[in-house]
Amino acid sequence: MSLVSLPDAQLVARCRAGDQAAWAELVNRFSRYVYAIAVHAFRLSEHDAEDVFQECFARVYQNLDRLRDDQALRPWIGQLTRRLCIDRLRLASREQVTDEELEPPGVEDSLSTLDEALTVHEALAVLPENCQEILDRFFARDESYRDIGDALGLPSGTIASRISRCLSKLRSELEGRNP
Amino acid sequence: MTRTPPFDEERLAQFLRALPPAPEAWVEAARELPLARTELDEIVARAEADAAFRAALVADLEAALAREGYEPSERTLDELRERLASE
Repeated sequence: MSLVSLPDAQLVARCRAGDQAAWAELVNRFSRYVYAIAVHAFRLSEHDAEDVFQECFARVYQNLDRLRDDQALRPWIGQLTRRLCIDRLRLASREQVTDEELEPPGVEDSLSTLDEALTVHEALAVLPENCQEILDRFFARDESYRDIGDALGLPSGTIASRISRCLSKLRSELEGRNP
Repeated sequence: MTRTPPFDEERLAQFLRALPPAPEAWVEAARELPLARTELDEIVARAEADAAFRAALVADLEAALAREGYEPSERTLDELRERLASE
């Protein structure tokens, strides 16, 4: 089984055993999630978001041995990132306020959306590579049909239909996971 | 009653857009954490065993490391300063 398709619990076990490739996969798997929580849900500046991002992965690396349930990696990383964002906002706040007062409005909804988005992203990771590439370039990287066509060596007139076919595959994959 | 499909195209697009890539340099730095940690531990162990090396680190951390061929990241340097100060 490739590292990309390894369940979180097995990935954690490999990281604990010192497998650097497994650690790189863990970072790949959660980097967008951590970034989106910091930048989109908590609206941190790029500078603060970078500190949160690096601190988050440093703590994950240091504390992997303390994770009691290896399947709980995702909620653990989510909570850790949220905590680090709140701490960062508290540093910038001059008043004594609660965590809830520090959090931007709508943060719960944003986090819930990001959690679902990560599930979709996990399903995307098992699609054929051409589908991963085309959907990621169009939706997540906001590239035009022409740029995608140039990068992948495809006629730009075929990109829309390819996107549609790949979205259907993604939906089937997700529905197969949650029938 | 008709069930709404759990993932229609519009929702899928929304979720795909919600997770843009993090800056590559950030991701690369996080991937290299194990190597950075190994390097950090090695430098601290040398400093504990070698008083002259430790004194050189305290006097001018970056210059002392460069002389020994280390090229630590900013983050590793910060951690090293903290560990040297706490010992």
